[in-house]
Amino acid sequence: MTAVVDDAPGSGSVDSGAAQVRREQWRELRKSKTFLVGATILVFWIVCAVIGYRVVPHTPFEQDLLHTNASPSTQHWFGTDQIGRDVFARVITGVRVVLVVAFLATVLGTVLGTVLGLITGYMRGWVDETISRFVDALLALPLVITAVVVIAALGPSNVTVTVCIGVIFAPLIARTVRTAVIQERELDYVTAARLRNERGPYIMLFELLPNVLSPVMVEFTVRLGYAVFTVATLSFLGFGIPPPTPDWGDDIADNISVVTAGYWWEVLFAAGAIASLVIAVNLVADAIEKVTDE
Amino acid sequence: MAVYILKRVGLALITLWILSMIIFWVGQQLPGDPGRTILGNLATPAGVAALDHKLGVDRSIVTQYRDWVTNLAHGDMGTSYSYQAPIRPFITTALVNSLKLALVAFLICVPLAIASGVIAALKSGQWIDRSISVFGLSLLGLPEFVSGVFLIMIFGIWLNVLPVGATPPAGAGPLTQVYHLILPAIAIACVLFGYIMRMARAGTIEALNSDYTRTAVLKGLPTRTVVWRHVLRNALLPTITVVATQIGYLIGGLLVVEYLFHYNGIGSLTFKAAQAKDFPLLEATVLTIGVVYLVATLIADITYTLLNPRLRIGGDR
Repeated sequence: MTAVVDDAPGSGSVDSGAAQVRREQWRELRKSKTFLVGATILVFWIVCAVIGYRVVPHTPFEQDLLHTNASPSTQHWFGTDQIGRDVFARVITGVRVVLVVAFLATVLGTVLGTVLGLITGYMRGWVDETISRFVDALLALPLVITAVVVIAALGPSNVTVTVCIGVIFAPLIARTVRTAVIQERELDYVTAARLRNERGPYIMLFELLPNVLSPVMVEFTVRLGYAVFTVATLSFLGFGIPPPTPDWGDDIADNISVVTAGYWWEVLFAAGAIASLVIAVNLVADAIEKVTDE
Repeated sequence: MAVYILKRVGLALITLWILSMIIFWVGQQLPGDPGRTILGNLATPAGVAALDHKLGVDRSIVTQYRDWVTNLAHGDMGTSYSYQAPIRPFITTALVNSLKLALVAFLICVPLAIASGVIAALKSGQWIDRSISVFGLSLLGLPEFVSGVFLIMIFGIWLNVLPVGATPPAGAGPLTQVYHLILPAIAIACVLFGYIMRMARAGTIEALNSDYTRTAVLKGLPTRTVVWRHVLRNALLPTITVVATQIGYLIGGLLVVEYLFHYNGIGSLTFKAAQAKDFPLLEATVLTIGVVYLVATLIADITYTLLNPRLRIGGDR
């Protein structure tokens, strides 16, 4: 990324400065307690997502019908659910779907949003106005409501959920990028680029983009937390990933009715897992935001 | 000033118009034929076609949209497919119920959140600030159904002090109603608490570092006067706006919380409509949510401008 920009005439000195700042920020980040705690939990869940299926003592699908609703024991560490599936296995393997869908949705949203933000911020005028009105209209609805409506229309699947969240994130991220671009476009290096007869798309990609990467990165981590939040909520509502794939939100919805009968383990561990994952992502996002602010 | 307000109202109306088109268009994408949805699998194709014609869904999308908007303007929200009844009474009841829930949530959350934010800011950097900040940040990311599940387990089952269903017995007085709404309201308030607390903290810190606060301190005013007169007044203004703009998040949370606590509000009505693929009802609920949000943001914007003369002259808004 930096290498590409360093080749661009006139912006070389500005950018090596930016690389320096980035190294500085990384050093700062590693000293932050918030970041370390968040990153440790996050790494734990990433490891579970990658190798979880291979290390759990029971498969998440295996039904031990003689031991349904069994309380936690040495045999089943987190107990079993209503159809005798091992809760520990389902909690450990359940992270994969949430993490993959949330991550892909955020990547999609960030890419779309950055492109949209660059265009609206650089072009201004009627393009900006029109797109902004549509964005306002979409933002008048809470994310979960929009997602429920769209998924009701298209039917639930991993792809629908990913695309839906990604597309709704795009305008939110576009707003932040647009604000950053509007500040940047008045600076001399953009004027210089225009005087060199560089074309709009080239200026946006090679002059503006490298200089608005910080807000984009902050947006990405903040949105990732919100994506996990949304994916979990949608699957809790039954609009997420179809069963029997282990999935925290879905498992909570399936077993919440038996909690009143005293089978708390069927819900508590999955709820704790969601909580730890979103909190971890938010801690990391908060630390990154603080470092880039300074 | 009047021009500014008119401009804001105009923009809100344009946004609403675009929103109505998007909602209507998405509603048309729902799979399945309305006539088939109502009559079921055993109906003859001729019967389905006749009903489609009666409902008017066999006409062009533009005609249908025009009729829908004209009827809406006359206060007619159409007929629900799944309930086979006019939609408006459903929306009214649900909206009133949701407003009750939201009100209890706000009353629990806002004073607590502002107080915590201000305390954190005054003790900035100390352990109390750090614990409040991390606590707020954690709540901020917690999906409502997760905090709801924790609340049900702790207060509803283990301690057994609060009811886990939000709907009170028929004919219950206002106090019983509020009693049933406490748990769901806390579940909603959790996310809000995080946002409002952070805003209050940031606002207070900014005000504490400002020139006018330094002047007040140097004038020799007692700390208490400085905090109440100079810091809080300036710090809480942006916070109040945030409270209003959070109404969107609040409604999103309502959908989940109302579903979890079996409460008949606008969120659970939207959810039922989406599940039943009842698109006239779905369009009506979603549009209602959009209107509530736009009105709330509009009021927040205008109040903020009225209170803050610095912002009255245009800008990039």
